[in-house]
Amino acid sequence: MTKSGAPSPWRDPVVLLAVPAVLYISIVYGFPLLWLLLKSFSGPTGPTVQPYIAFMSDPFNWRVIGNTLRIGLWVTVVCFIIGYPAAFALARAGAVMQIIMLVSIILPLSIGAVVKAFAWQIVLRRDGVVSQLLVGVGIWDEPQRLLFTEAGLVLGAANIFLPFMILPIYSVVKLIDPRLSEAGATLGATPLYRFTRVTLPLTLPGVVSGIAFVFSMSVSMFVIPSLLIGDRFQTLSTLTGRSFLLMRNEQLGSTTAVILLVLAVSIVVFSTWLARRLGGST
Amino acid sequence: MTLEERVVRWIMWFAAGFTVVFLMTPLLVTVAVSFGSSTVFTLPPPEWSTRWYERLANTRGLWPALLTSLQVAAVSTAAAMVLGTLCAIALVRGRFPGREAISTFLVSPLMLPGLVIGIAMLQGYKALGLRDVYVSLLVAHVVITLPYVVRTVVAALSLFDFSLIDAARTLGCNYPMALMRVLVPSLAPAFLTSGMFAFLASMDNYPISIFFTDAWTKTLPIQMLQYVEERPDPTIAAISAGLVLLAILALVIGDRLVGLRKLADF
Repeated sequence: MTKSGAPSPWRDPVVLLAVPAVLYISIVYGFPLLWLLLKSFSGPTGPTVQPYIAFMSDPFNWRVIGNTLRIGLWVTVVCFIIGYPAAFALARAGAVMQIIMLVSIILPLSIGAVVKAFAWQIVLRRDGVVSQLLVGVGIWDEPQRLLFTEAGLVLGAANIFLPFMILPIYSVVKLIDPRLSEAGATLGATPLYRFTRVTLPLTLPGVVSGIAFVFSMSVSMFVIPSLLIGDRFQTLSTLTGRSFLLMRNEQLGSTTAVILLVLAVSIVVFSTWLARRLGGST
Repeated sequence: MTLEERVVRWIMWFAAGFTVVFLMTPLLVTVAVSFGSSTVFTLPPPEWSTRWYERLANTRGLWPALLTSLQVAAVSTAAAMVLGTLCAIALVRGRFPGREAISTFLVSPLMLPGLVIGIAMLQGYKALGLRDVYVSLLVAHVVITLPYVVRTVVAALSLFDFSLIDAARTLGCNYPMALMRVLVPSLAPAFLTSGMFAFLASMDNYPISIFFTDAWTKTLPIQMLQYVEERPDPTIAAISAGLVLLAILALVIGDRLVGLRKLADF
C-alpha cells in the first residue's frame, strides 16, 4: 500500500478504545490540576503573582522550604548508600538469598504508609529497638528518644522509600554482563578504575530514576512527618495539608501546593531527560 | 581474591543483610506488639496475649471504615480494569500519534504528590458541582488505581501475539468469542496482579482520601491515623497486622501467577 493510500491513523477504530479513559482522567484529574494552577494565579482583579510574593517574603516559609529540601536530600543519601550495594547483592545473590531479599523489598511496598509510620513510632521510642541496639553496641551511653527528631524522620522515611531506590538500580544491574569488569581486569585496570569507568556508568540510568523516585516522594511525604516529627517541624507538604485541613487557609495551601507540584514535575522531567541521555530504558 | 574485591563483597553482603532486617523491622514490630499484653508497646512483650484482637470487635468506627475502604477499593479497581484495559489495547494496537503522551498522562498520578492531587480534586470537584463525598471518593480512587492497570496491561499486551486471534477466527470463532477464548486467558495474570496492586493502593491511600472525608465516610487509613493521634494503643497494631497478612496473601498470589522477579520489574 502506498503512503498516500494509507488510512489516516485517526480513522483506525482502535483509537476509540482510549477515549473513555483519557476523557475520564482529563475531567477528574487533569482539569482539577489546571484549575488549581489557574486559581493560584488569579487575584480579585485579574492575573497575579501576589500570593507567591507574599509567601516568599516570609522568612518562616524559607525555613519550611529549607526543611523540605534538607530532609529530602538526607533521605535520598541514606537510601542511596544502602540501596546501591544492596541492588548489586540482589542481582548477584543465589536463589534463596534473592527470594529473601525480594520478599523483604516487595512486601512492604503493598503495606500503607500509615501502618509503617505507626510501627516506626514504636521503633524510635526511648525504649525502642533502635535505641536498645545503639546502647547495646556501645554507640550511645544511655537510651535516647529518636521519635520527633529529624534523624528519626530521616530513618523512618528512608525505610519506607528504600525499595524505590533498590528496584530501579537492580533493573539495570541485572543486565550488566559481569565479564565486562573481568575484561577490564584482564587488561590491567585497577578495581577502582573498573568501577568508575565500566560499572558505574552502566548503572547511572537506574541510579537517576531511583534518586528521582526517592527524592520526589520524600519531598512530598505527608503521613510520615505527621507521625514521626509532629507539628513543630513543617515541610511544604505538611504546611499544605495543615492549611487545608486545620487552618482553612486555602490561599496559602494552594500556593504551597503549586510550589510542590512544580518541584515534583521538574524532578520527573529532569530525571527522565537525564536517564534518556545516559542511554537507559527505565 | 584481592583485598579490594573482598572489601567490595563484604560491603555488598552487609548492605543486603541490613536491607532485609531494616525493611522487615516495621512489619515484625507491628505483629509482635499486636500479640503483646503491654499497653505501652514494650518490646519484647512481657507476655503474649490476643486481647488487642478481641478488642477490635468493639472498636468504634473501625468496621464501617474497613467496609468503606473495601467498597471503594473494589469499585474503583473494577472501573480501572475496564477503562485501563480498553485504553491499553488502543495504546498497543493503535498507530496514532501521541500514544506515549497518553500513557505518561494516565500513569502520572503515581509520580505527583498525592496531597497536591487531593487538593486539586477538592477544589476542582467543587467547581464542577460534584458535592457528594462518597461519589467524589470513588471518582478520585479510580485515578489512583488506573495507573497500575494501564502500566501492567500495556506491558502484557506488548508481548501478546495478536495473530493468535486471527487464527482463532479462522478456526471458526467469531470476534468476541476469539477475544474471550484467546486474549483474556493470556492476559489473566496481568489482570490479577494489576488488580491486586491497584486494590491495595486504594486501600492504603491517605493523602487523597483525606479530602473526601466526613462524619459518615471515612476510609480505614484515615480512621487509623485518627486513632494513632488520639489514643495510641496496640489495637492499631492488631489492625496493621491484619493488613500485613493481606499483603502477604497478595504477594503469595502474585508469586504464583507471575513470579517474584516479575513483580520487582520497574
